Amino acid sequence: MAIKDYIRERFFPHMWCPGCGHGIVLNSLLRAVEELGMSKNEIVMVSGIGCSSRISGYLDFHTLHTIHGRALAFATGVKLSRPELNLIVPMGDGDALAIGGNHFIHAARRNIDLTAIVMNNRIYGMTGGQFSPLSGCGVMATTAPFATVDQSFDVAELAKAAGATFVARSTTYHVQQLTKLLREAILHEGFSVVEVLTQCPTYFGRRNKQGGAVEMMKWFKDNTTPVGSKAKQENPALIERGIFVQKEMPEYCKAYDQVIERAQKGK
Amino acid sequence: MKPNIKFLQGNEACVEGALYAGLRFFAGYPITPSTEIAETLSARLPRIGGKFIQMEDEIASMCAIIGASLTGNKVMTATSGPGFSLKQEALGYAVMAEIPCVVVNVQRGGPSTGNPTHVAQGDVMQARWGTHGDHAIVTLTASNHQDVFAMTVEAFNIAETFRTPVILLFDEVVGHMREKLVIPEPGDIPLVERLRTSVPGGVDYHPYLPREDGRLPMSDFGGVHRYNVTGLFHDMWGFPSDNPGVVHGLLRHLVDKIENNVDQLARYKEFYLDDAEVVLVSYGSSARSALHVVRNRRARGEKLGLLELQTLWPFPAGIVRAKCARARSVVVVEMNTGQIMREVKAAVEAPEKVFLANRIDCSLITPTDIRNILRLIQGRGV
Repeated sequence: MAIKDYIRERFFPHMWCPGCGHGIVLNSLLRAVEELGMSKNEIVMVSGIGCSSRISGYLDFHTLHTIHGRALAFATGVKLSRPELNLIVPMGDGDALAIGGNHFIHAARRNIDLTAIVMNNRIYGMTGGQFSPLSGCGVMATTAPFATVDQSFDVAELAKAAGATFVARSTTYHVQQLTKLLREAILHEGFSVVEVLTQCPTYFGRRNKQGGAVEMMKWFKDNTTPVGSKAKQENPALIERGIFVQKEMPEYCKAYDQVIERAQKGK
Repeated sequence: MKPNIKFLQGNEACVEGALYAGLRFFAGYPITPSTEIAETLSARLPRIGGKFIQMEDEIASMCAIIGASLTGNKVMTATSGPGFSLKQEALGYAVMAEIPCVVVNVQRGGPSTGNPTHVAQGDVMQARWGTHGDHAIVTLTASNHQDVFAMTVEAFNIAETFRTPVILLFDEVVGHMREKLVIPEPGDIPLVERLRTSVPGGVDYHPYLPREDGRLPMSDFGGVHRYNVTGLFHDMWGFPSDNPGVVHGLLRHLVDKIENNVDQLARYKEFYLDDAEVVLVSYGSSARSALHVVRNRRARGEKLGLLELQTLWPFPAGIVRAKCARARSVVVVEMNTGQIMREVKAAVEAPEKVFLANRIDCSLITPTDIRNILRLIQGRGV
């Protein structure tokens, strides 16, 4: 199927700013879905609130645009009711890890078969550029006029510790890798997390003097390295890209089928 | 056939009603005094192939049932005061996106942690206005286990008929008290099943385009139709819109579908009202004490009657006005600072004849408490 056939053109133009990385993530995601040969009817997309969450409206899947931070909780209800569906949950960094942090770690702990995409631009874009739990120290934001003193999460480490069975990271610069990782995440049976470093030139780039979209993407190129590379040993400040965790564990909906079996045996 | 008689807690009667109505998905979080509902359903649902999930918090429980309802299930969650506060935002989502669901709040004392193990009826207004923004809501209650069962079935029927969340506002005494329940045979109480669209797969389905009768047929989410659901104001496609006409039309629809059907939604019981000079208005466990007083006084020839409300929202103002029209005085019996009393005052023609008999110490209001208020009204002193 042509990529554009996955899109609800009726609802374009989209509302993202010029240079925003979210469209690149959308593109990579659709290529992954297309390469997997999936039909539009077998995919459910559940999102929360924020710039990234608007991705669901533009796609011709079953789309559920919910409330801030709770996309994974809604998705859990859909998935447990209809385990045969493929659920993709795009979230922003604030949506997934500030207000939605509890749902994030518990979805990981349950190992329920959802594909979580954390579109990390290190800022709250929709509300106009406040710092997020992934901004890190020394970042300028509308709520940090004297620079942040807050430490940030490492999404991959957090997901790993919480029990996610597939954890990966890429960037909007590395679109080939991103498509491949998204494909693997969708195929993975269990809770999968793909963190995508994506640029917000409007609020993060401008205020932190990182230039426009091109300069910010170049920064991703220059400051990331494949997982386990020699470059990382020489320069620990580099951010690793690739697959961090890929393991098999009992999936939640399948495990619940055993509960039903046990309950019915004792009937 | 031998009747199916059980001796159980009100919380268990609620479970029986929910299963009778066709509950297939429950998400919850432990909280006193509603926990028995989750405990019982964790055993009962998987036996019938249904799903029970204990979520990480109250908010997630509310969100999970909304997701599960969309896919075509009858769903419920249960909580108490603090948990009910946490669920409010997602409850509003169900209002806005018109997703049928049942939310049980077994009331305890509040605000805050309050008094988890004792009774109160302080969440009446929270049920009405807890979530932000203009909206309408349906709230039912009951004073005994047979009615807990019946109102639970009603809650599911109303949720499906009106595509709305329905709140079951019980209280700790009703939830934890044990008494008899006769479980009706299948078919004794009519059940409302989900109205599903007749639009075939492959043809455009508009999730928010009302039929001629105003109802919105649903299509199981994840099934043959692909559509968008959002908590933003939306058009007939379910796509976000800030067009003033669309916004006004949707809000009007959300309020009118409930408020224009007040009489159809009104559930109440009346005792000795025909010639009553003093009308007690009560609900939930308070109504048990009120009924006790009415029966005692009747035995002594005094003309007391009881109007027991089972629908609290939308408030059945017309029925309250009519039933209280001939009363010399009206006494609202409730365990809060007068949340339903204010509604009764607004409903009747002579608000100055409305009095409050209440308790706010997390103890069940007793017949003596009510009798003391009656003596004061009658100028006889306590």
